[in-house]
Amino acid sequence: MEIQVTVNGKKFTSDVEPRTLLVHYVREVLNLTGTNVGCDTSSCGACSLHLDGEAVKSCTVLAVQADGANITTIEGMAAADGTLHPMQQSFMENHGLQCGFCTPGMVMAATSLLKENPNPTEDEVRIGLEGNLCRCTGYHNIVKAVLAAAGK
Amino acid sequence: MIPAAFDYVRASSAAEAISLIGQHGSDAKFIAGGHSLLPMMKLRLAQPAVLVDISRISDLSYIKDAGDHIAIGALTRHMDVEKSSVLAQHVPLLAHAAGHVGDPQVRHRGTIGGSIAHADPASDLPATTLALGATYVVQGPNGTREIAASDFYKSFLESDLAEDEMLTEIRVPKMNGAGWSFQKFNRRAQDWAIVGVAAWRGANGSGVGLVNMGQTPILASSVSAALAGGASIADAAALAASDAQPSADNNATVEYRTHLAKVLVRRALEQASA
Repeated sequence: MEIQVTVNGKKFTSDVEPRTLLVHYVREVLNLTGTNVGCDTSSCGACSLHLDGEAVKSCTVLAVQADGANITTIEGMAAADGTLHPMQQSFMENHGLQCGFCTPGMVMAATSLLKENPNPTEDEVRIGLEGNLCRCTGYHNIVKAVLAAAGK
Repeated sequence: MIPAAFDYVRASSAAEAISLIGQHGSDAKFIAGGHSLLPMMKLRLAQPAVLVDISRISDLSYIKDAGDHIAIGALTRHMDVEKSSVLAQHVPLLAHAAGHVGDPQVRHRGTIGGSIAHADPASDLPATTLALGATYVVQGPNGTREIAASDFYKSFLESDLAEDEMLTEIRVPKMNGAGWSFQKFNRRAQDWAIVGVAAWRGANGSGVGLVNMGQTPILASSVSAALAGGASIADAAALAASDAQPSADNNATVEYRTHLAKVLVRRALEQASA
């Protein structure tokens, strides 16, 4: 089936099998491998990306369901000149990562969270990131990074 | 994990969706947010030959004040139920419970109608709407019919919906200021409840729904009957598992679930009565 999507500002038209998962489409067809496959069961959040501006778990969305959508992956967060997105910058400054595997998903979930709640409390950040697991258990600095990005 | 191959068609109206599902018969399934169905398809627990995508039927996503009740379109997403000011005012228990489904990413995709039609006893919204005395509106080839939530759930993942019927609206009575509480006991924030309780108590009586305490969501009628008869909260809560048939799994034995239900119902009633 033919789908048309806009990914990180660029338009793509692709022929996909209906059973193709959005995460596989993004990684294997578009070669945007920043979006990770972690648990593959919509638990860990490593595959989070923005679908029409909201964080979703792309392992549990069919590419055909995203037809016509505007998608942003971690590759689309930094500016064209390489300037990091404020959330990426904040993760860097606050050491919001250890091994880095969960980081793309954390950044996408955190930016979606701040869009819905620009001034969250620490509790709201922790609850807001309940769909993202860090196997290094590095949550403390991740929460710190998100609060710093929110201007606290 | 990749689902088994299937054909994919899109419906732009409820009538078209029902016509498409009728054409393809029992091998076809509706898909909305897909957050119950796709995980089952990835595990090959479900292998529909055809998916009828209903997620683009935009006129089935709404939350309306309909006088004595709030009417919610079946395709309304959990996030929109959670953030609804109409529900916050008139049915705060449902808005609160919707905020406990999965996690934000799941709530951006999953729909209230999908959760109810899936009829998972471990899901939060079937038991919550059951406790609230909701009515479900379903549409089929011969028109619409209304089903009381208390008549809807038949067995594990089995409901009164016929193969060619689609859930279109959920009607939830206004709570009129009744006290309420939602208790969800789980090991990790985003997990299904090991046991959950949705309860309200007001001038017109009470309602207590149990999550994951049997093959269907459970209405703890014995608890409400005891309260109506003047029983104390502690005595009524002791009957929490009377209407339930819990089973054991990796998280809990039958005895543990039964105990949890009593404790959580007591806490819920105390909070709802405060």
